[in-house]
Amino acid sequence: MSAQQLLELADDELILGWRNSEWTGIAPMLEEDVAFSSIAQNEIGHARALYELAAREVGTTADELAFDRPPDEYRCSKLVQLRLVPDWARTIARHVIYERADQGRLEALKSCDDTELASLAAKIDREEAYHRMHAQMWAERLAGEPRFEEALAELEPLVDLRDEHVPEFAGLWEEMTEVRRSVAGATW
Amino acid sequence: MVTAEQVWEALAEIPDPEIPVISLVDLGVIKSVDVSEQRVRIEFTPTFLGCPALEVMRDAMTERVAALGAEPEVQVITDDSWSTDRITPAGRAKLRASGFAPPAPRASGGPQLVQLQSNAFRCPYCGSRDTALENIFGPTPCRSVRYCRSCRQPFEQFKTI
Repeated sequence: MSAQQLLELADDELILGWRNSEWTGIAPMLEEDVAFSSIAQNEIGHARALYELAAREVGTTADELAFDRPPDEYRCSKLVQLRLVPDWARTIARHVIYERADQGRLEALKSCDDTELASLAAKIDREEAYHRMHAQMWAERLAGEPRFEEALAELEPLVDLRDEHVPEFAGLWEEMTEVRRSVAGATW
Repeated sequence: MVTAEQVWEALAEIPDPEIPVISLVDLGVIKSVDVSEQRVRIEFTPTFLGCPALEVMRDAMTERVAALGAEPEVQVITDDSWSTDRITPAGRAKLRASGFAPPAPRASGGPQLVQLQSNAFRCPYCGSRDTALENIFGPTPCRSVRYCRSCRQPFEQFKTI
């Protein structure tokens, strides 16, 4: 896998993590507040591990890859860029579509020739299994609901689109990179 | 000169930062300890990749090994070697005694939603299997929340990973 493809995966996880965290404190139920916050934490953890692998290949650091690139270099799917709060039906539709696509990608990576990446993909997949169960639970609950079905049809085509950004990506990039743009090389 | 055994004993005294009733050794996250001369090399794996306690654990290990008079080198390994099956029997007993249900053994194919929604999980307070899934997610990434219908006690279930 090229560093570029690794970045696509890492960018997807980072940006989806940020978008999921937008439900923290305002989800329709306390359980879902906890769930989306926890999923966000996992996705950002996966992004970190993937950026660390990519960073070694290109001679930089995970933080620089995550936060110091200009916005047009982010390779994340349009699906994860969308700001979906407060629309629960579309949020769940994205969750279902993303986890399904991510599962296929992880399965392929688990058997790739790069043993380090294959092993990391297997570790990530152990955690993603819980995201998939959560998505499945909601997909079963919302199946047949017109708003949910419309959202699935609307969002499905976005999953493989990476060459351009949706308009609201600019705002997310601003927010996400603000600290390191203010204090160069900031760490915690 | 420090021995590997002394290092393992020192690591066994470091509590998990998020579930302090068990140690890092109980948790099974120490992958290897190598001692050569004064250098001690420790490899450890995060439980979950987004675990915010990673740096705290690494610093605690560095400090303990330095206190033994050795030069520590602690390396985080993000491979697939850790599973909740690595939690020791002693660790499981300590979890249960503090109201955390220990993880079920990992079946081939990994955990499934139907299992989580089944009665297969035992309440750590009263031992009943009449428990229900309240939330797949909980206060930290490694835990789910369940409810015991028998003693009416909510409890935290360690996820099987």
